[in-house]
Amino acid sequence: MNVSTLNQHLLQPVREVGQAVIFFFRALTGMKCTLFHAGETMRQVYYIGVRSLVIIMMSGLFVGLVMTLQTYDTLNRFGAGDSVSTVLGLALFKELGPVLTAILFAGRAGTSVTAEIGLMKATEQLDALDLMGIDPMERIVQPRLLAGLIAVPILTLIFNFMALLGGVVFAIFIIGMDSTTFWGNLQNNVDLWEDFGAGMIKAGFFGLIAGWLAVYFGWTAKPTGEGVALATTQTVIATSISVLLLDFVLSALML
Amino acid sequence: MKSSNQVEITAGLFMLLGIAALIFLAVQATDTGGFRASESYQVNAYFTNIGGLKSNAPVSMAGVRIGKIDSIELDKESLEARVVLSIDQQYDDLPADSSASILTSGILGDQYVELEPGGSPEPLQAGDRILLTNSAVVLEQLIGRYLFNSDKDEN
Repeated sequence: MNVSTLNQHLLQPVREVGQAVIFFFRALTGMKCTLFHAGETMRQVYYIGVRSLVIIMMSGLFVGLVMTLQTYDTLNRFGAGDSVSTVLGLALFKELGPVLTAILFAGRAGTSVTAEIGLMKATEQLDALDLMGIDPMERIVQPRLLAGLIAVPILTLIFNFMALLGGVVFAIFIIGMDSTTFWGNLQNNVDLWEDFGAGMIKAGFFGLIAGWLAVYFGWTAKPTGEGVALATTQTVIATSISVLLLDFVLSALML
Repeated sequence: MKSSNQVEITAGLFMLLGIAALIFLAVQATDTGGFRASESYQVNAYFTNIGGLKSNAPVSMAGVRIGKIDSIELDKESLEARVVLSIDQQYDDLPADSSASILTSGILGDQYVELEPGGSPEPLQAGDRILLTNSAVVLEQLIGRYLFNSDKDEN
């Protein structure tokens, strides 16, 4: 293997990671906390958070329904059908809620952020901002990064709520399980901090990752149509893989 | 494009929706940690075998949940399991000679502690020890005893 292929296959990905990390810290150190920035962040929360509501709510509802259906069926074979709410609650709060929300978020909102920034770059809007003396890092990147950090935990909560609603609908209204048993088992077995809180910490990390990778790939996209297309694809792939990898690491740390 | 005002109002509503979901989930779907711990009192019970009892398992009387298991540890002197029961403050007049047994809900369900009321006029107080206890029924021991007994019958 000669040096150039080694460079391409081994060093290039390492360099990419390094670039992404440097980019992240550049975005963090330039963080301004004025009223204007807060307003801009809220606007981005609308564009990437509120607009992801429909997909998150629909997915949550059906994940809850199918989880309850499958878990109830399996548990019933051991005569433990009553534990369905415990399994549903723990699986949702600790794993499925944060992970699925982050991956859906990457597909729905991360791609649009990448494409938006990539297109701004292709049409030289970022350079124009720079010429006007406005730091695009501070004006464009920061609000989107922060919006990811704010939106993903909120979307996770809404996902969990909808999935639990799906569980309630299936377990109580379709199977006819006793509602006191359903909620009682949930309350007895789900710990506010260790289970629910741990899931929310994960959601925060995932939000940061999703926001960061979306702005990073947009920022570094080649300023062509093809480059922007590639960057959006990379956002989804990189976010999904990092979320699943980080999920394992965080779970191992918090258990 | 929506006006800036509308965007901000919707974003604000979105965050309120998130907070509402947080409060609902925390109160309705978790044990809501600190809330109940403050309004309870602890009593001790010693068991020779606790089987698969775990902390946070329910404590009930007549089938109604009245508290939870606070902690379980091995008493170094008696070599028995010391189980600390945390009982809701509203049940503060249970008879002092109540007995505790470890039972299993369903055939494979979780284990819990069932208190049976005694006849003493004295109430159970914080830090008291429950004297009458029935240890967990360990299925393997039961089967072992059954096999041993049936062998003897045949001889």
